[in-house]
Amino acid sequence: MTEILLEMRNITKVYPNGVVANRDVNFALAEGEIHAVAGENGAGKSTLMKILFGMEEPGTGEIYLRGSKVRFGSPQDAIGAGIGMVHQHFMLVPSFTVAENMILGMEPRKGVAVDYAEAARITREYAEKYNLHVDPLQKVENLTVGMKQKVEILKALVRGAKILILDEPTAVLTPQETAELFEELKLLKQDGHTIVFISHKLKEVKAICDRITIMRAGRTEGVFPIGEVSEQDITRLMVGRDVVLKYEKDPGPFGKPVLRVRDLSLAGPQSKLLLHGIQLSVREGEILGVAGVEGNGQSQLVEAVMGRFPEAAGAIEIDGADISGLDIESIRGRGVAYIPEDRMRQGSAGEASILDNVISTRYKRKEWNAGPLLNRKKMWKLTESMIEAFKVKTSGPAQQIGMLSGGNMQKVVVARESFSEPRLLISEQPTRGVDVGAAQLIHRKLLELRKEGCAILLVSADLNEILELSDSLVVMYEGEIVAYFDKPSELSEQELGLYMLGMKRQDAEQIGRANHV
Amino acid sequence: MFKLKYFELIRTLAVIFIAMLLSMLCITLISKQPMETMRVFLLEPFSSMSHFGNVIEVAIPLMFTGISVSLLFKMKMFNLGAEGIFFFSGLVAAAVGIQNGLNAFVHPLAAIAAGGVVGAVISVIPGVLKAKWNANELVTSLMFNSILLGVGLYILNYFLRDASAYTTSSYKIQQTAVLARIIPGTRVHIGLIVVLVFIALAHVFLYKTRWGYELRMTGANREFAEYSGIKTGRVIVYVHLLAGFVAGVGGSVEVLGMHPRFDWVALPGYGFDGALVAMLAKNNPAAVVGSAFFLSYIRIGAEMMSRYSDVPAEMIAVIQSVILLLVSADQFLKFWKNRMLLKEAQKNG
Repeated sequence: MTEILLEMRNITKVYPNGVVANRDVNFALAEGEIHAVAGENGAGKSTLMKILFGMEEPGTGEIYLRGSKVRFGSPQDAIGAGIGMVHQHFMLVPSFTVAENMILGMEPRKGVAVDYAEAARITREYAEKYNLHVDPLQKVENLTVGMKQKVEILKALVRGAKILILDEPTAVLTPQETAELFEELKLLKQDGHTIVFISHKLKEVKAICDRITIMRAGRTEGVFPIGEVSEQDITRLMVGRDVVLKYEKDPGPFGKPVLRVRDLSLAGPQSKLLLHGIQLSVREGEILGVAGVEGNGQSQLVEAVMGRFPEAAGAIEIDGADISGLDIESIRGRGVAYIPEDRMRQGSAGEASILDNVISTRYKRKEWNAGPLLNRKKMWKLTESMIEAFKVKTSGPAQQIGMLSGGNMQKVVVARESFSEPRLLISEQPTRGVDVGAAQLIHRKLLELRKEGCAILLVSADLNEILELSDSLVVMYEGEIVAYFDKPSELSEQELGLYMLGMKRQDAEQIGRANHV
Repeated sequence: MFKLKYFELIRTLAVIFIAMLLSMLCITLISKQPMETMRVFLLEPFSSMSHFGNVIEVAIPLMFTGISVSLLFKMKMFNLGAEGIFFFSGLVAAAVGIQNGLNAFVHPLAAIAAGGVVGAVISVIPGVLKAKWNANELVTSLMFNSILLGVGLYILNYFLRDASAYTTSSYKIQQTAVLARIIPGTRVHIGLIVVLVFIALAHVFLYKTRWGYELRMTGANREFAEYSGIKTGRVIVYVHLLAGFVAGVGGSVEVLGMHPRFDWVALPGYGFDGALVAMLAKNNPAAVVGSAFFLSYIRIGAEMMSRYSDVPAEMIAVIQSVILLLVSADQFLKFWKNRMLLKEAQKNG
């Protein structure tokens, strides 16, 4: 092993809302390696990296770079020390060109003006050197996700980064783009760069990394040369038990369609079509999966069903009745439940209690009121039974929901939506960023609802989840449905990737099967 | 968890402590007899029934505006319209109060109701503007304060002014409309009971009814409230109605209880004080009682000080500013909270 380049010792970090993200974490990087940091979401990987990049200050603990103690008060300090970070959500200015983004904050000058020619030259030089091919004059908003990521990596390199932190770089990429990224990372490694690769996709970790640090619940579970641990070992260490996300479910028969979407189209800004001629239906007892790379119209589809786009063309029917023009309250009144994709923004009110959070969809109904007053006692009981049924780790119904971990918070959201015996459940990224234990529990609840005859529309970026749970599957690409499968379990992730990328599409007749009659 | 739970309370007390310390420092620097001045400032408000009565009298309007502002702040609406409404509703109540011919029971009720309703109607305008067009409620409410002052002075001068009075003031308010005194030897009037009832109602409304629930959820996370099916635009409108009503009743009660004639020729400042009361009380109606009394206490103390010693009452403005600054400074004592969190975490780890 080569020498230790960077070391983090006994890092503890507690967020103001009481979440302990890191607890006595130790982390060491050897020069010139690709080092994976694996762990489930909420295990503390991102926090640890934010501390390393100067975005968060540790409560206790020290950082050593080449043996000498350093303190990063801001990302500027970290960049100065040769550390670069590529965030999961890109930090680029969409309306600027690639070259302009590249030099942001370190503009080459010609007199008082910015020297754009020089900026383009620098970009080309680095792009050539590291084999990351980007067009310096293209606007960032016109780039694909994979290209944007290249720009981000180049941005860090231009700033002299020797240590590159990549936070879940493959989460937004198709399998093909991922393969390309790996080639680029290998080149960087040969060039003497050290890379921290954060991921929870074990196949990728095995494919590219030299060593792995495994984190669980804010602690380090161990550091291993990648050859010495199998995927099973890693999973066990990450979760604390073996998990196979496989579910037994009996196939159909499905009942009559609950949700029917006909010719749904929606124009976005610059009259670009966000949704184009969407046709689908979800039947009683059926889980219809919606797959696709994020940003291909899935969230618009869901929001349209929830009545957020009264201007959309086409028809949306629930149990045969048109719901266009109805507001969310009336749509929910027809037995529609909704698990929104962002539990912090749409799914919960962080500063309110768990109780206040679970009654938000039912407090108006008569049975929860006694005259002008809310029946708090009954609500308390309901909350307690939800906590029990979903095994939410909490001190009780009065606890602030914001104090819970991501997984427990999501359980509360799912509990709220599923306890009302819905006719139709719109489930958007139901297990994003939660630990496997919570994910399994949520999956089981979805299957329970399915068994009771609830129709479920499942939008997810997690291919394993969508292939395993769905009874049928549509793939969305650029606002259109490009494929329909009635036996998703026989589909491979590779094959699905081709449709998600828009490289393959079925003919109209095949796609039309998504609309069951 | 014990310490963390009380963090906000401890923080508020620390703020008050620092402000008091600062005022002591001011007194020491200014006064020729600092010890005596401090005694006057701190103890004189309690020295007699009539002095303590002063504290209660001043606390009444502060509680009214404190609740009104708390309702709006709880919904994260930074609306300071209570100021103008308090003034204008006081004028409306006085206009009703100077009429003849109602008995002593109906007359004050009618005057207060008129003030309250007018307050609600005025308040709903920035509310609707906010709900419909997302117009910034701070801007609209502050502009309304100026408009209300101008219109109010016009009405006072052209319709209500008693030419025989030496100052700019209205005709005398009829004896039937004046609020009854309830504590002998003071000017404390029945408005105290009214405001305490309002506080109890506000508490029940906020924490026990579905409308209060809608308000709290809209304030906690408007997007979440929307997605749950709460019509947040409607919530914003009715909260403005309520807040305006409370401020309006406050202005009416103040005029009928404390003023023989309507004689405000400038905004009285109670609305802005209400913002301070609400912030100190963390927008919690029950805590408004304590924070209004505290504010009233240091004011009366300062007044006594200017009367009996050589330090002017204006010193209180310094203290208030310090309190406001520290209470609204989110980061104040944050380090301490972080340390407590860390300890907590290590203990549980």
